[in-house]
Amino acid sequence: MDIRHIDAEPTAAERDAIDALLGPPASSWDGGERGSERDAHTAVGGAAAREQRHLLVPALQALQQRIGWISEGGMGYVCRRLSVPPAEAWGVATFYALLATAPRAKRVLHVCDDIACRNRGAHAIEHELERTCGAAIAAEPRGERVALGEGDVAWMHSPCLGMCDHAPAALYTEAGESPREVLLGNVTPSSAVHALTRHDPGLDSSGTAVLPQRGDPALVLLARCGTVDPTSLDAYRTAGGFEALARARAKGAEWVIAQLNDARLVGRGGAAFPTGRKWEAVRARPETPHYLVCNADESEPGTFKDRVLLTQDPFAIVEAMTIAGFATGCNVGFLYVRAEYPLAAVRVQNAIDACTAAQLLGDFRIEIRRGAGAYICGEETALFESIEGKRGEPRSKPPFPVHVGLFGKPTVVNNVETLANVLPIVRLGGAAYAATGSQGSTGTRLFCLSGAVSRPGVYEVPFGTMLRDLLAMAGATEPTAILLGGAAGTFVRGDEIDLPLTLEDARAAGTTLGSGVVMVCGPGDDLHDMVRRIAGFFRDESCGQCVPCRVGTVRQEEALHRIAAGKTLGGVAAELALLDDVGVAMRDASICGLGQTAYSAVESAIKRLRLYEEVGR
Amino acid sequence: MTATPLVQLARPSRPARPPVALTIDGQSCTVEEGTTILQAARSLGKEIPTLCYLETLEPVNACRLCVVEIEGARVLAPACSRAVEGGMKVLTASARVRHSRRLVLELLASSVDLSTAPGLAELIDEYGAQPARFGESAPPSNDGVRDASIPGHHVVAAPGTAATVAQPVKVDNELYVRDYAKCILCYKCVEACGPDHQNTFAIAVAGRGFDARISTEFAVPLPGSACVYCGNCIAVCPTGALMATSEHELRAAGAWKPEVQQTTDTICPYCGVGCTLSLHVQDNVIVKATSPLENDITLGNLCVKGRFGWQFVQPKDAAAGEGRD
Repeated sequence: MDIRHIDAEPTAAERDAIDALLGPPASSWDGGERGSERDAHTAVGGAAAREQRHLLVPALQALQQRIGWISEGGMGYVCRRLSVPPAEAWGVATFYALLATAPRAKRVLHVCDDIACRNRGAHAIEHELERTCGAAIAAEPRGERVALGEGDVAWMHSPCLGMCDHAPAALYTEAGESPREVLLGNVTPSSAVHALTRHDPGLDSSGTAVLPQRGDPALVLLARCGTVDPTSLDAYRTAGGFEALARARAKGAEWVIAQLNDARLVGRGGAAFPTGRKWEAVRARPETPHYLVCNADESEPGTFKDRVLLTQDPFAIVEAMTIAGFATGCNVGFLYVRAEYPLAAVRVQNAIDACTAAQLLGDFRIEIRRGAGAYICGEETALFESIEGKRGEPRSKPPFPVHVGLFGKPTVVNNVETLANVLPIVRLGGAAYAATGSQGSTGTRLFCLSGAVSRPGVYEVPFGTMLRDLLAMAGATEPTAILLGGAAGTFVRGDEIDLPLTLEDARAAGTTLGSGVVMVCGPGDDLHDMVRRIAGFFRDESCGQCVPCRVGTVRQEEALHRIAAGKTLGGVAAELALLDDVGVAMRDASICGLGQTAYSAVESAIKRLRLYEEVGR
Repeated sequence: MTATPLVQLARPSRPARPPVALTIDGQSCTVEEGTTILQAARSLGKEIPTLCYLETLEPVNACRLCVVEIEGARVLAPACSRAVEGGMKVLTASARVRHSRRLVLELLASSVDLSTAPGLAELIDEYGAQPARFGESAPPSNDGVRDASIPGHHVVAAPGTAATVAQPVKVDNELYVRDYAKCILCYKCVEACGPDHQNTFAIAVAGRGFDARISTEFAVPLPGSACVYCGNCIAVCPTGALMATSEHELRAAGAWKPEVQQTTDTICPYCGVGCTLSLHVQDNVIVKATSPLENDITLGNLCVKGRFGWQFVQPKDAAAGEGRD
């Protein structure tokens, strides 16, 4: 490949940031000093450099963290180091919301105004920031010079930050030699302004989860959360940690998979695929290597359970990944954690380091990859693309990941909560595990309670628990509607709460448990506004690859705005028919689950809540 | 939209693959394993419309116009890339299929200028698509605005109007123009510029969602990019978003007359490869050079000389439509 590189030179700081990640360049061929006699006669790089393509996103993140944006010189240097065509790197850099490709303030507050936070005070924060710090960044000011002094700060709107239990939330990012990323909960207008203008966000609150059931002896997945020090390997081992791994190794890989099958464990990310079958399929593939991916890109609005597990019980995820690697024949596991969870990444890295130092992982290696602001990367094949250093565009399936996955190899992808279930299954045995729950839905499930409840947080209950009882636990007194399964899920009415929370009952009732979201709407909440926000979310997060989703999400949002503004094209009924036409095409013809579910919540608001009947015809 | 079978001469022979039996619209057929549904349907003489598909490129199945229904499947499948499976029952024109195709056409036609896209008007008629149902088009954006959009952030068009990709034409070199108001984001140009043909990698898809666009790095003009002006992107563009300047200027002057044009095949005079050149001649003046897609040497590709280096045949002002005696 003969790449024409960018002429602009990197600054010393940009070069430092990249070299800190990649090491110094080996020759002038990959960005080192020119003029060496050897380099004039010997070609260096080529395929070896291109094989490092998977470091493209980490390299762009290094620039973002050090400089605050990605300049031509900085990106050009990354391209030389990794042998990536600049246009492709540009395509990647402009895909992710947390990478800036034009000059931007070093300190940015990303204010969540998604469905949970907007009903809990996000707008007041935004108004105050607008008054004191100016308008939100809404378009890249290309071509203009932006003052980037020390006092320069900016703020932006953000999709769900996974802090619905601490709504309203914000993410503070500060670029520089000691970059900072702090996820903040229970933000007030004055604390937001203080964090930004004084450069003083305070402590990250994403690890101080509200755990209403803390200490309850019935807890399985949350047993250690809030009670065992998440930063101490000794504490984890004292609490029984690594017993499951020892047992798995003693019994063998096939035994482990048999237990998963006996347990009838299904994935907790939303698709509910049988985990044992997935593991078996990867284990049986003759191609090598096999890869394991832990999907910690929890970005579904209203979902924060994985954040709690990652920050409160990171050793358990490391142990479960090691068991999964052992059972499926993987030597490397990637944990892809969303960009908005900085503390989770720190806690898991600490756990990996401690376990590696104690030689608990054997020859299994875990690498953390951080997202860069893209909901779509929670889709498993988009996640692979992202790890491989590409735009997070989902692949066409088949082939499925168990056959052709990460780097084209057989890959097992599991959600964080799914992996957390592996430990009790190995410890108790599959049959004993399956004694909890229903025939079709075994074990316990984490639910993310937020919205109009007095005790928001993650709740662990056996499958089959009534929605009514779960709502009572969280203190939902007057639910007018409940969003189940997140933005990709459906609304149910406040009078539909006699629903046993199992996969099969949810399906029969025409709804979904999805990623475990139970967002409660109360009498004071503006449901129309919430539905429009969901539509805007899908428009923002569509990767843009296929027509039904790329344009359909736009037309869906426009129709809802027309209804809201009373400027319908031919009346509300005509608009609802149009929404249904677009929605059905998105569901039927989109490449991936994002487009296929982009109409789901809107449809339930129309047909189940009958939200638009009162608007008039 | 018509199937153009590729000459197979240049391809190494491969061992025959096992047969797979399936039915398409109730008709049985048996094809080799690895055949796509589109190929299988065409072998039965069934036409499935495509936009982003081209025989010479890796399918990206992004436009979703070619979707078909597979019995028992939850969602529709892209015929251009989905391989047949034994026992598959495919419906190529069911109500579900026609609904999605109609919507794809409506969504595209309401957001993109398809006026120079061959065959699209006929398809829109055939499927009864009504792109105007989404409201009047919102005003076009100024030059560079879409290039500077921030992923994950958007502005909603004024109620009653429909967002479009309308924007000024990018004219930054003498050889070809980029009119992204006509771009349906089929990825063909990126593939032709990249690994499928040219290996120049001058352009890629940038941004995301409705703001996704074809771009050079930092949206620099083509002369500052890696572009080598082979024009192979023009050759694969299905909508006329990428167009030789000669054609663009004649169209702007209202003097583009395909009905009187003649196409003459010859061999490119520049080097020993011997690429077939198709010279498009209007009023005795060359107005465009292409190469046949089915030519097994070029696969439709040329280099800058073959595609644009024909001015020596005639004074340049002649190509601009002045004519000569």
